[in-house]
Amino acid sequence: MATLTEINKQDGAPELRRRAGLLYALLIIAFFGLVARLTFLQLIQGERYTFLSENNRIRLKRVPGTRGMMFDRQGQLLVDSRPSFDLIFVPEDADDPAKTLRLLAQYLRRDENELLKTFEESKSRAAFDEMVLGRDVDWPAVVAVESHQLDLPGVSLRTRPRRNYADGPMAAHVLGYLGEINQKQLNILKEQGYVVGDEIGQYGLERRWEELLRGQSGGQQVEVDALGRRVRVLHEVTDVPGYTVRLTLDRQMQEAAYEALKGKEGTIVALDVHSGAILTLASTPAFDPNVFARGIKSEEWSALIKDQLRPLSNRATQGQFPPGSTFKIIMAIAALEEGVINPESFIQDPGFFFFGNRSFRDWKKGGHGAVNLHRAIVESCDTYFYQLGPKLGIDRIAKWARAFGLGEKSGIALDDERSGIIPDTEWKRKRYRQPWFPGETVSVAIGQGYVTVTPLQLANMMAAVANGGKLYRPYLVSKVESVDGTTVREYGPELIRTIQLKPETLNRVRSALNDVVSGPHGTGGAAKSQMVEIAGKTGTAQVIEMKSAYLKSEQLSYFNRDHAWFVSYAPVDHPEVAIAVLVEHGGHGGDAAAPMAKKVFEKFIELKKKAAEKQEVQIEGETRAN
Amino acid sequence: MQIDRRLISHFDWTLFLLSLAFVAVGVTTIYSANYDLSAGHAGPLPTRQLTWLGLGLIAMFAAMSFDYHYIDRLAYPFYGAMLLLLVLVMAVGHTGGGSQRWINLGFFRLQPSEPAKLAIVLVMAKYFQADEPPRGYFLRDLWVPFAMVAPLIVLTLIQPDLGTAIILGIVFISMVLMGGLRLRSFAYLVGAGLAFLPVAWHFLKPYQRNRILTFLDPDRDPLGAGYHVIQSQIAIGSGRLFGKGYLHGTQNRLDFLPAQHTDFIFAVFSEEWGFVGCAVLLLFYFIMIAYCLGLVQRAKDRFGALLVFGMIAIVFWHVAINVAMVAGVMPVVGVPLPMVSYGGSALASMMFAIGVIMNVSMRRYIF
Repeated sequence: MATLTEINKQDGAPELRRRAGLLYALLIIAFFGLVARLTFLQLIQGERYTFLSENNRIRLKRVPGTRGMMFDRQGQLLVDSRPSFDLIFVPEDADDPAKTLRLLAQYLRRDENELLKTFEESKSRAAFDEMVLGRDVDWPAVVAVESHQLDLPGVSLRTRPRRNYADGPMAAHVLGYLGEINQKQLNILKEQGYVVGDEIGQYGLERRWEELLRGQSGGQQVEVDALGRRVRVLHEVTDVPGYTVRLTLDRQMQEAAYEALKGKEGTIVALDVHSGAILTLASTPAFDPNVFARGIKSEEWSALIKDQLRPLSNRATQGQFPPGSTFKIIMAIAALEEGVINPESFIQDPGFFFFGNRSFRDWKKGGHGAVNLHRAIVESCDTYFYQLGPKLGIDRIAKWARAFGLGEKSGIALDDERSGIIPDTEWKRKRYRQPWFPGETVSVAIGQGYVTVTPLQLANMMAAVANGGKLYRPYLVSKVESVDGTTVREYGPELIRTIQLKPETLNRVRSALNDVVSGPHGTGGAAKSQMVEIAGKTGTAQVIEMKSAYLKSEQLSYFNRDHAWFVSYAPVDHPEVAIAVLVEHGGHGGDAAAPMAKKVFEKFIELKKKAAEKQEVQIEGETRAN
Repeated sequence: MQIDRRLISHFDWTLFLLSLAFVAVGVTTIYSANYDLSAGHAGPLPTRQLTWLGLGLIAMFAAMSFDYHYIDRLAYPFYGAMLLLLVLVMAVGHTGGGSQRWINLGFFRLQPSEPAKLAIVLVMAKYFQADEPPRGYFLRDLWVPFAMVAPLIVLTLIQPDLGTAIILGIVFISMVLMGGLRLRSFAYLVGAGLAFLPVAWHFLKPYQRNRILTFLDPDRDPLGAGYHVIQSQIAIGSGRLFGKGYLHGTQNRLDFLPAQHTDFIFAVFSEEWGFVGCAVLLLFYFIMIAYCLGLVQRAKDRFGALLVFGMIAIVFWHVAINVAMVAGVMPVVGVPLPMVSYGGSALASMMFAIGVIMNVSMRRYIF
């Protein structure tokens, strides 16, 4: 073949030979580059990529420990956790997420656009992270998803315990609520095993007892494939449920208090006078902690925060109010103990008291006439106590007020308790860098001026009056048990101090408090009950200073109206319970607050009778059996 | 035509055994890539790849059975056939993975873009076999080769198969440079190519643009286009020095890798055999390519040298682009790892290419 021989050049291809020689260099450079890249990936960054590949395939499925329950003192359930279902969607597991969501919307009769919107919004989440389409979905939805599982790739249900507050807002401020752990808490608590998305007690007992209520989460280490499908379980740790917490609270008394307060802003605190155990702590307006349990929406949250009536504030421990006439109890005790008055001697009350160049007005136009200590307490005569003020002096008043726990935190196991203010010369100097003016003592004498207290402090003060001077630390938790019922911790009365009081002092004050409710001219007559004898003191705390006219509270704008107080204990002979009632802007203490206290006392007596009857029946039955 | 006994004695065992070694690595890695832990086997793909090996051996021996100078006559018909097949694929092609690349032959789905790579080498070798002009080729001399190559590139781009189009273009340029293009002319060509880039961008499909953008910024879309690159790097990196062991690559076994038995098979291999395995595999490619560069130098004529060069250039560019892409230093384009990736058309074409080289190698002693 001519062409072939023509092509056949015997000397080969010299130019190509030269170029191929250059190509060796290029080849070495290219392969060197590839090996360098592999060195970087496999040898230098190998550890990091190994971590990433482990991360890829191992998912931790955490099972949070079931949170502990809370019971009242009778063993009635207050808080538990019930199973609930969250609707979960992992878009990577669905071939066509939009189609799956449309089908889902059809099965659940939900708006498909809403679901698709949620989906669009969650685009930035990490791969294979689940998105929550619905929390605590109802039973028909659970059934629908379960039965159409095959048509709904990527959709699943996850059971999780949901906190359940049996009585909704009734004891919201005591029980508190749960919320998702925030970044600040996470930084502190990371070592205790909290992770993003965990629920944690954010308020009330849920917060204060978090450690014991929480339990320990268990979990599974699951190997998954790229579709998130479970291949096998590598490790498993069982979860440990939290402790059961038994409260001193009485659910039925709490209910009575909450019902009485409904529609008003105020608080009712009831204490066992012999221990400081809190039987009732209601504060209104309240909030429903169940809303937090299902996941509070941001607009609900901002509505709660912005509400002028401050539903999130626990008025019993965080509200600081002028005590008004309830402070006269302290004044009377101080005067008797310090011996500055003869309790039997009368003074004339013209309806005002001149001190310095100022006139202090009695609440009663025209005055009470001739009053001694007893009458002054029963009728709540301001003039009598005005003149007592300068006689005692501010420092002695403060000493006795503080002895009864006013002006200091009670130490109750709830967060952000306030202390109130009991002023004296020292306080004034520190606070205002000014000397104390004697005229200021006159205002303090009737519980106005600088004095503020919390309703809990007044309840505790009444308990000390009732029990003869023992001031206990108020407490809410009596017992902590593990799930099997063994006691883990127990709490009882804790004496803060014993106030040394002469028997005569106690007798005089108690008999006056008695007549406040039961006497003919008592200001607390509205608390008089057929079921139980109640002793107490009314108070009407001015929010603004009355300049001249005697105005009825209806004539004042709402937020300027007086606060109504009633502090009390019962039964009179053998006191068991002390109650403080405060109704914000409620007007007269006798009218607004006293009837509420009466209702709670009556509930207490009713429950006691029932318990006694029950016991009697039991004893009878036992005798018969014998 | 008779078989010269001398030919048999000059049979190129080096290339033959290296090729078989690559196929062996391929089949075992394909087995691992498709291994189903619960079923305890890997399904039909490894066996099928062995069938393609049979097909490849036939192609290989066919390629060396005749004197390579006949290729001079076969080049244009072969080229024409490839052009026809690529047009055919447009008309009756089978669509898979979003592009139309295959022609169904019943027992076999032919992917014409694979043998089309060979056609470029054949026609270029034919065109440039004559002695170079003293001052090299000018751009005006390239009209004919360009007119032949352009339709192939356009047709593969339409499929769309960016990887093959790039290989076609890059092999064309390699051949042109090797054939003796003046360097200044080459510079013009590069300039023109850069000017053409925006136009090319316009013709790319959105997913292809995405891949390029993702390469430039992998975090741009870590769940979408970037996902594959990230997972592939994790697979390679987590192999570390000695690998996770055969059949123990978790990235692979748990389906985190895309196209794990085809374009991304190197990631599977790296995860299980580690840096050592990769280094050995790359060394084998290096030896094969370097050996063939030696053949280029020792070929008895320009035509043979160009054929060897073109064929080994195909191998080189496949290895370089595939490994660079899987290791995350190049955008993801569909380019198989020669003789290792699963795929009948690719394996047979590649073995045909090696066959052509062996043909030249065998006959360099015969005058």
